[in-house]
Formats: sequence, structure tokens, C-alpha cells
Amino acid sequence: MSQEILYALAGVGLFVLGLHGLIVYAHLLRKILALNIMGSGVFLVLIALGRRSAVADPVPDAMVITGIVVTVSATALALVLLLRLKEMTGHTDLEQNDRHHEQ
Amino acid sequence: MNRISSVVLLLLLASLALILGLAVISLAQPSSGIGQLVNMQMSNSGVDHPVTAVLLNFRGYDTLLEMAVLLLAVIAVWSLGSRSSPQQTPSNHSNPILLALFRMLTPLMIVVAGYLLWVGAHAPGGAFQAGSILAAAGVLALLYDQRLAGRLSSWSLRFSLILGCAMFVAVATGVMLGGAHLLQYPLPWAGSLILLIELAATISIGLTLTALFYGTSTGERP
Amino acid sequence: MLGLSAAIATAIASVALYLQLLDNGPLRYAVGGWGAPLGIELYADGLSVLMLLMSALVGLGVSLYALRYFKHDAQPAGFWPLWLMMWTGLNALFLASDIFNLYVTLELIGLSAVALVALAGNRHALSGAMRYLLVSLLASLCYLLGVVLLYHAFGTVDIQLLGMAMKASPASYAALGLMVGGLLLKSALFPFHFWLPPAHASAPTPVSALLSALVVKASFYLLLRLWFDVFPAANVDFGWLLGTLGALAILWGSVQALRQSRLKMLIAYSTVAQLGYLFIPFALLSPQAWQGGIYFVLSHALAKAAMFMAAGNILKFSGHDRITDLDRIAQRLPITMTAFCLAGVSLMGLPPSGGFIAKWLMLDAALTHQQWMWALVMIVGGLLAAAYVFKVVGYAFTKADVQDNKPAESIPALMEWAPLALAVTAILLGLNANYPMALLSIGNPLAGVSP
Repeated sequence: MSQEILYALAGVGLFVLGLHGLIVYAHLLRKILALNIMGSGVFLVLIALGRRSAVADPVPDAMVITGIVVTVSATALALVLLLRLKEMTGHTDLEQNDRHHEQ
Repeated sequence: MNRISSVVLLLLLASLALILGLAVISLAQPSSGIGQLVNMQMSNSGVDHPVTAVLLNFRGYDTLLEMAVLLLAVIAVWSLGSRSSPQQTPSNHSNPILLALFRMLTPLMIVVAGYLLWVGAHAPGGAFQAGSILAAAGVLALLYDQRLAGRLSSWSLRFSLILGCAMFVAVATGVMLGGAHLLQYPLPWAGSLILLIELAATISIGLTLTALFYGTSTGERP
Repeated sequence: MLGLSAAIATAIASVALYLQLLDNGPLRYAVGGWGAPLGIELYADGLSVLMLLMSALVGLGVSLYALRYFKHDAQPAGFWPLWLMMWTGLNALFLASDIFNLYVTLELIGLSAVALVALAGNRHALSGAMRYLLVSLLASLCYLLGVVLLYHAFGTVDIQLLGMAMKASPASYAALGLMVGGLLLKSALFPFHFWLPPAHASAPTPVSALLSALVVKASFYLLLRLWFDVFPAANVDFGWLLGTLGALAILWGSVQALRQSRLKMLIAYSTVAQLGYLFIPFALLSPQAWQGGIYFVLSHALAKAAMFMAAGNILKFSGHDRITDLDRIAQRLPITMTAFCLAGVSLMGLPPSGGFIAKWLMLDAALTHQQWMWALVMIVGGLLAAAYVFKVVGYAFTKADVQDNKPAESIPALMEWAPLALAVTAILLGLNANYPMALLSIGNPLAGVSP
């Protein structure tokens, strides 16, 4: 199995690990971090498979730059939203929040 | 989470990993890809580095939309309102390490950013990389003294944030006046136009990322 | 006002594209002069322009409404830039023919939608927005991984080229699953609908209208494009799965709508139910069912936007939106109630309305192919929709048990006429189906469907 495929499999692993973290953890910051890990996994697969041929394919590199920028923007928004939520409710997870306002 | 549902979840995720892994392994052989096309058209793109050519010329439309996403992020973060509680340490003037770092690194980072911007035409580099370094300088400055955020006046900050998108859109539509397609740079000017867009973009990206780090609006109303 | 002029300009541009399409047939445009697979191409056929026009119409209506709505509130400074960014993303999405480009447009739409929901500022809105953001990002990442697999398998990200090169392989199956899964999350199909009611109900009213009418349709449109143009074989194999989920959505959503005590939550659950109808044609495999489906997209967009705006008026007027306490609203806000009722007519599928035509086409297709189950589900769905619409209308005519002596705010005329205009258009769609149908057939986007 060539080196690139190993990296790509690692990317798949990160994706699944991140997904697990997103579902399991209740704290919002961990969910956001889990999403970032998933994103890194996807980018790893994108880049690794781009190096299969002898001449490296430049298009995946460009796509990853775009993807990283988009992910950073989304993470920034998520973090600020989390801060505002904490300020407003004092909770940092969604379930506690739901339970609170159902009372 | 109780036992049964966590076991079920692990099983589902494991099978997902298996399917994806198989898919990846099946892709072991390189496919046609666009790499050769890029190499063939490089001479027409105005720059010498393939990634920059793809990013700013062949797939420039993606980059344009992505600049919009960055701008959107700042607008969105600002729309969430200003912080109600003041920060604990607005100024870290007393911290000697931070002071030294700030004095030495910030100008260095700005110079490195400028270099990265320039060299993007024929080596790895370009607007986004330069913008990120610029943002790092901005973050360092904010760590040193939060109050620096209020120094930049509201309008010049907003202008710089929009600059990248605006320049990109201006060039993209400007070339249409000459009868070309959207974003189709005339060949002799391609390199310079790309550099111009990248310059505007670098400034915008650097300031946008710094503004995102600061987290809220500076609280000034125009 | 600046925002409104931008809105009008965008709407005019959409109409201009429509006229061009009528003259020239489907249009393909290479951005930067580089054709696919090197560059990015834009593609406009009947379906894309129909979506553009729908966004323009609903967008204009909601923009006019928002002009007055936000004057009364403490000024949320972000509405106009965020909404216009979202509209940019929507237009870019409807015209795109490149799956990576589509990823960026999806993010543009998603992030602006989340920020718009959070504008309301209260804890429900913020937590609804947070949940929406997490779901949206998860969906986008799944979609992106699918794009990655497709690119590395076939060497291009252009939809047309992918369709020609597609063959069954582990990578393409995985990509199909990932992309469809992500888009179903964004379109809130059962069981991925859980994020929708909190987000749509707690958002400011114009935002709820935009979200239910346009944003969920954008990911649905993308799903359609992929289904027909990139993965044509999947239609026969997996269509039944989507249809079943759609049927479940109709039943579950309608029942939940009946159980709600707040008006905006009822309307949000109604969106969940109505979105189920959109997925039934996947199982019917007939072009006529698809015509019904697209028509449904159109009429639902108009009707739901009108309904949310009417609910917003009621909320503003009475200060609350508890259904049982709608104290004689019908007498006090007649234009608003008319708009609500007309929108309800379209949602129920009564003639003459766009909703009726859509359901008729789908029912006819189901019965012709002797698929009784789908027809039954659609009829039951219609009955349940009638139930929850009449629940609201009934309370609107009666006096409340507990009199709320708060002084009622007056509603500006524009805020009443905007929903009425959209609701009337939904009805008009039922009277004059020729133009939209003719537009839809340009470029034959439904060619991938086999009877």
C-alpha cells in the first residue's frame, strides 16, 4: 500500500473520529473542535490522493486553501456564537439549555 | 449515553470507516486529473506557480466566493453584538516577554507577509498565506494590548475589510468591458491584475482574521 | 433603502436572465474563459431560472416586509448585509455547474442563514442558531468528502463531465451516500429534521420566511441536480428510500404541527411535513411526478413565506403567538388573516392554487403507476394539513378565554400587503400553470428520469 493511500486512510480515520466526537460530547466547544477534526480529515484525503501521480496535481492544493478559509470562517462564527450563548444562558451545551427552558 | 446506544453508535461509525476506507483504497491508481491541463495552460495564466494559477485564474470564481465567505464571517460575528463584560487585562504592557515578542516579531511578520505575497507568483505563497501571517501579527498586537483595536477608525477598518472582495469584483467585471468573459484577464495584464487582486486580498484577509480573533465589533458607531 | 434597491436590482437581473433563456435555450458560461474541466462553468436551464425567479419573487416580498418590520424593533444592524449575502449564495448555487463551487455557495448560504437566525438575540434563537450551525457544518463536510472522492475518482468536478464519466465503484457509492446524506441534513428530511423547528420558529419573522421558503429548497435543488445529472443510475436503485422518508416526514410533521401551541412552531413543523412531499417523486420515477414536485417547491415557497409573515404580524400585534389565545384576530387584522387563509389553501392543496396543481400531478402519476401507498400518504397529508390550518383559523375567529389587556400595536400596511401579495401569487400559480411549466421544460432538466 503506497504512502499516499496511508495518509488518505488516516484522513478517513480523522473524519470518523471527529464524527464520533461531534455526536458523543455534550460540551459545545468539543463539538466545534470535533467538526474541525473532521474538516482536517477531509483535507488530508484531498491532498493525499492528489499526490498519487508522479507530478503532483495542483488543483487539490487550491481546493484545500479554499476549504481551510471557509472552515476558519465557520469556526469563528461558531465560537462567537458559543460565547454569546454562554454569556446569555450560562450553559455551554444544548441539552441543558433545552431542559432549562422546558421547565 | 447508555451502553446499548454507544455500542450501536460505535458499530455504525466503524462500518462507515470501513466503507470510506474501501472507497479510498479503490482510488489507489491515479486518475486523469486536471494536472496536465494546468501545466499546458500555465503560460497563459500570468503566473509561474500552478497552485496560484489555479486559485487566482483558472478557478478564480471559487476564490471570489471564498472572499465573500470571509467577509460574511465578520459581518455575522459583528451582528451578534458587542461584548457586555470588559476584558480582564486590556493591556499587557508589563509582561516583558510579550513586549519583546511584540517589538521584534510584528514588523518581521509584516515583512514576511509582503514577501510571501510577492513570491506567490513563482513559488508556494500568495494572498492567503501572506494574509494569515499578517493576521498573526495582528493577533500578537491584540494580545499585547487589547485597546489597539479601538485605534483603527471604524470607517478605515470597514474599508480595508471590503477591499479584497471589492477589488476582485471590480477586476472581474472590469474585464468584461473589453468584451471578455467574467474574470477573464487579458493576457499581457494577467500577472499584474493577479498581483493587484492578491494585494487587496492580503490586506483584507489579514484584517478579517484579526477582527474575527477580536470577536466582537469594536463598538464604535460610524 | 439601499438594501431594497439592491433587492430590486437582483430581481430585475433574474428576469433578464429568464428572457435570455427564452430566446436562446439553455446557457452555459465559462468563467474566466476557461472551460471545464480546467475552469468553472455556469449553467442555466429552465429549472435554474425557475429557482432564480422564485428567489427573486419571494425575496422581494420579504424585503418589502422587512423594510417595515425592522423599523419597529431595536435595529439589528446585520439583517440587510446578511440577507443580501444569502441571496448572493442562492443565486450562485442555482447557476453553478461545478460541485466544488457548490460547496462554497452552500457554506455562504448556511453561514448567513445561521447569523440571520441569531439576530433575534434571545436564548431560543441563539441555541437554535447554534444547533443549525453544527448540523449545517456537518452536512457541508459530508458533502465535501463526497466531492473529494468524486474528483479523485473521475478527474473533474464539473457536473456535466461527471455525469458522462460516472460508473459504479466503491468510491462513487460512498460519494453518493455522503453527498445525499449531507444534502438531506440541509433539507431537513425526516429523520434529519430535528434542527429545523427550533431555528425557524425562533428566528425573526422575515428570516423564518426566507429560511422555510428558500434555503431548504436550495439544498433540495442541489440534490435534484446531483440525482439526475451526476448519479442517474441511483434513481432506480434508491429512489424508494427517499420516498419512504418523505412519506414519514409528511405524517410525522403534520401530527407534530397539530400538537403545537405556538403559531410559529406549528408553521415550522408544517415546513417539515411539506418538505416530505418534495421527496415522494423520487420513488415515483415519472417526469410528471417531477413536474408536480417542482411546482410544489414554487407554491410552497410562496405560501410558506406568506404564512410566516402573517404569523409575524399576529405576533407583533398581540405580543404573543399562542394559538388558543388568538383573540378575534380575524376581525382585527383582516388582511393578514386573508393572507394566512390563502396560503393555507395552497398548503392544503385545495383548488385553485399552486399546491393543488402540484399535488394533482403527483397523485395522478402515483395512481397511473398503481402506487397506491404514495397516493394514500399524500391524501392523508392533505387532510392533516387542513386540520392544522383550520385549527389556527378557528381560534382566529373566536374570542379568547383570558382577555389580554395589553394595547395592540398597529401593523403598517406594507407588512400586511406583502404576505397577501405572495399568497395571492400562490393561488395564481394554480390558475395559470402554462408559463412555469414551459419554463421548466427548457433544457429538459428532467431527462434523467426513466418511467
